[in-house]
Amino acid sequence: MKDRFNLYRLASPATFYPFAGTMIPYFAAVSAVFGMAGLYLGMLVAPTDFQQGEGYRIIFIHVPASWMSMFIYLVMAFWAAIGLAFNTRLSGMMAQALAPTGALMAFLSLWTGALWGKPMWGAWWVWDARLTSELILLFLYIGYMALTAAIDDARRADKAGGLLLLVGVINVPIIYFSVKWWNTLHQGSSINMAKSSMATTMLWGMLLMAMCFWMYSIAVALMRVRTIMLERERHTDWVKARLAGDEK
Amino acid sequence: MIYWHSFADFIAMGGYAGYVWGSFGVTALIMLIEPILVSRNRKSTIARLRRQLRAETRNTAE
Repeated sequence: MKDRFNLYRLASPATFYPFAGTMIPYFAAVSAVFGMAGLYLGMLVAPTDFQQGEGYRIIFIHVPASWMSMFIYLVMAFWAAIGLAFNTRLSGMMAQALAPTGALMAFLSLWTGALWGKPMWGAWWVWDARLTSELILLFLYIGYMALTAAIDDARRADKAGGLLLLVGVINVPIIYFSVKWWNTLHQGSSINMAKSSMATTMLWGMLLMAMCFWMYSIAVALMRVRTIMLERERHTDWVKARLAGDEK
Repeated sequence: MIYWHSFADFIAMGGYAGYVWGSFGVTALIMLIEPILVSRNRKSTIARLRRQLRAETRNTAE
């Protein structure tokens, strides 16, 4: 019974570190497979959009990037709450590892949105509720990274950053529901539970691309968290043993 | 199965080439560069921690 898989044991950096290391290639490979399938369906098979022509194909990265930008923030806020409530070591490292990827996803959401907005609305940018709240999300990511980088003591940095994350989490439902609550230039959601306005191949292309972005984010965040672990736990025996070995 | 009539057709994206490829290009670039930066940072961090560790063990040995 001693060797039985135990989820709580993974909360310890010494056991999470090698586990994360073995998982990274799988997440990367699965991401590549989903990406190729999604691009094949979205870019080669899916028909044109009767209103937006071929310009609509930006959706296959715009929607996944936007979803990930919001989801990564929620995961970071979750880790912040766990860290503040239980003072766990791993949670701060997880939030730290996710932040740059979340910021890049928010940037991609705005970038692809601008390139989609220009031909469809005639403007790269408008101060509409959806766009503005997504911009605030990017600033929250940048603010979190700047704040935690400015505080030398890692545990104190986690606490201050965690507080910022928890206050800022109110922005996520604002982004999500902005197209319902206000009269925005941004179109409503492409997918809804009752009926979808999209063709099946378009829908599958988008979902596959979302899975690709999801797996990519997990792989990169795990890569980053392993480095953060070595850095923060450098005085522990397990890190010293790893550094003495052939750690790459 | 394939929607496009020709490769040129595909590249032209019905006149939206700049917008579509501008979106996909920057996304691909970021998803290529981010893992490279992360692994470079990892290598330099490991090298620095190894140097620190060696310096510490040398000091305690003396």
